[in-house]
Amino acid sequence: MIEFRMPSLGADMEDGVFVEWCVAPGEPVARGQVACVVETQKGAIEVEIWDAGTVARLIAEPGQRIPVGQTMAIVASAGEDWQAVATSTATLAAPAAAVAALSPLAQAPAAPAAGLPSQPARVPAATGRPALPPRASPAARRRAAELGVDLDALAAATAGAPINVAEVERAAATAAARTAATGAAEAGATAAAPAAASPEAAMRAAIAAAMTRSKREIPHYYLGSEIEVERALQWLEEFNAPRPLAQRVLFAALALRAVALALREVPDLNGRFVDGRFHRSEAIHVGVVTSLRGGGVVVPAVHDADRLTLPELMASLRDVVARARSGRLRSSDLADSTITLTNLGDLGVETVYGVIYPPQVALVGLGRVVSRAAVRGGAIVATRTVNATLSGDHRVTDGLAGARFLTALRARFDDPQAP
Amino acid sequence: MSTTIRTTYREALRMGLRDALARDERAFLMGEDVAHYGGTYAVSKSLHGEFGEDRVRDTPLSESGFVGAGIGAAMNGMRPIVEVMTVNFSLLALDQIVNNAATLRHMSGGQIEVPVVIRMTTGAGRQLAAQHSHSLEVWYAHVPGLRVVAPATLADARGMLWTALQDPDPVVIFEHAMLLPMEGELDADAGAVDIDHAAVRRPGTQLSLITYGGSLHKCLEAAEVLAREGVDAEVLDLRTLRPLDVDAIVASVTKTRRALVVDEGWKTCSLAAEIMALIVEHAFYDLDAPLARVCSAEVPIPYPKHLEDAALPQVGRIVAAACEVLSR
Repeated sequence: MIEFRMPSLGADMEDGVFVEWCVAPGEPVARGQVACVVETQKGAIEVEIWDAGTVARLIAEPGQRIPVGQTMAIVASAGEDWQAVATSTATLAAPAAAVAALSPLAQAPAAPAAGLPSQPARVPAATGRPALPPRASPAARRRAAELGVDLDALAAATAGAPINVAEVERAAATAAARTAATGAAEAGATAAAPAAASPEAAMRAAIAAAMTRSKREIPHYYLGSEIEVERALQWLEEFNAPRPLAQRVLFAALALRAVALALREVPDLNGRFVDGRFHRSEAIHVGVVTSLRGGGVVVPAVHDADRLTLPELMASLRDVVARARSGRLRSSDLADSTITLTNLGDLGVETVYGVIYPPQVALVGLGRVVSRAAVRGGAIVATRTVNATLSGDHRVTDGLAGARFLTALRARFDDPQAP
Repeated sequence: MSTTIRTTYREALRMGLRDALARDERAFLMGEDVAHYGGTYAVSKSLHGEFGEDRVRDTPLSESGFVGAGIGAAMNGMRPIVEVMTVNFSLLALDQIVNNAATLRHMSGGQIEVPVVIRMTTGAGRQLAAQHSHSLEVWYAHVPGLRVVAPATLADARGMLWTALQDPDPVVIFEHAMLLPMEGELDADAGAVDIDHAAVRRPGTQLSLITYGGSLHKCLEAAEVLAREGVDAEVLDLRTLRPLDVDAIVASVTKTRRALVVDEGWKTCSLAAEIMALIVEHAFYDLDAPLARVCSAEVPIPYPKHLEDAALPQVGRIVAAACEVLSR
């Protein structure tokens, strides 16, 4: 029996509004199949299931606000009779849901393991010791749940000292002031301010929360290098020349691949900072900042970006950006990026000074390709360059790691064919 | 406005005894030197003259014997008030109290009642050395079948005895030796008081000082010191040590979220330990800092003044422990 739960689609997600089921009881499901649609601050998300089996019972109903980690459906494993599972869990599921409603903190899963979406609930025995919750007094825990304060974030800010009620209330007051300020700014920006509950406002609030948390908790350092991309661009032009338009590869994909491969050499920039320590990720899932036409951004992941061929990477990038812009992202797109890439070159920006997306520990920024005069072998030559920047989390790495990354990135652009 | 009289804890105890002897002819007082000498701590002074040999009786130096006699008298319809000089000596009567007084109702299927009241002095601070200075309230608070009370104010010294006599089961009253000369105002018409509930002696919002008996006044003084530092401490007087007023303890801690228990008993297996356990059982999610306690040092109470002072909970230690709890 498998419990299919509301996934965490980002560190700041607490719940989602259930929209619809894409499966029915008795229906076999395959790993990776979209099981349902959930409305979040990031828009409607198609939630995939990560276990094969047969749907036994659907618990979540449209319109319900469901905390992260709460069971939404029961799925019979291979070899189980789904009807028997449905019958035997008829009484089990309701109390489980009640417990989740009473103590959302207890149910909130930690950040998903690298390479795997956050569901179904992980069995501690299978993945080793579960991460300890932050040290907070019992009263502080309860108050944090009441006020919606993220204790993990607060724990990082207090450097491991036990958290008490006063600190939770201070954090909540700060957040409230911030929300009020954000609301005021929005109201001032447009004559017809969007309703507070509109999707745009909700997304704005989610971005505000994530970015404020980032700037509050993460001691950023910033490094920048002008990187020559002339050779890479020429190679790409040759690569694209014989291909039909639909199969051509954009510079954005080449840059994505260069970033992913450079990360292999500096793994300390790739992972998540959870429970006061850095968890390096073997897999490299690059979150690609995607601006939405209606305003706001989402950061869907291109999974295993270092393992895909350039055409595969292009296809993946095209797919995820298209789905992001049409509002049909999947849970796996949002849950598990290990680093973020923001490419503002198309907008004419020369240099990006990025804000790290917590709980990640680094962000790579790329500006536009510009023509420059460069000195090569004593002669002045025309070349094209890109300003690459790295925003690093100083809790995890120092400038040395950032510098090594930019050097590795430069090498990748110098040798675009290298595997 | 009721008028008050200026009196002492010792005189308030005597008023309670006099009231009980006058109101209920089944009541009588017995113990070592309670009659002709007027009591080792002079609590029963003059009562022998007022009520006569039958009502105020000296006993031999045999705690097991005269406590047993009191239990027997209670079983047969009397309302004996047995004074044991100090809790230290009551250990000689522990078998009578624990194996007889506390058990007979249960072992007789409710046929036998033992409405005895056993008074004893407790506590240190008068350089009487280890064998006269211990605080063993928790030994009795451990035993089902007993009610254990600890008057810490003039009103309770005056009023607890009568209520204890009305209880159909044995009641042990602990009178703290250091409180005997304590002076204060008592309502002229003061009478019986309840022996079920703890009392908030000083309301506060930031920290609960939970205590009883002789330590109450140290806690009140500590709360004053803390108030000058800007800390609003509540002082809860347990009054009844068995059964503990769990609701009052939980209500106070739920309000303040922090608690310091002050208990003159030794720390290990102390009443303080029981109170902390109750708080964790009933108010865990209200706690905002680790619980703390100030108890007596784990030594037989020393004779030299400076060592005795160092062994006991004192205002300075209470304030320091309170600051520690508040700093978490």
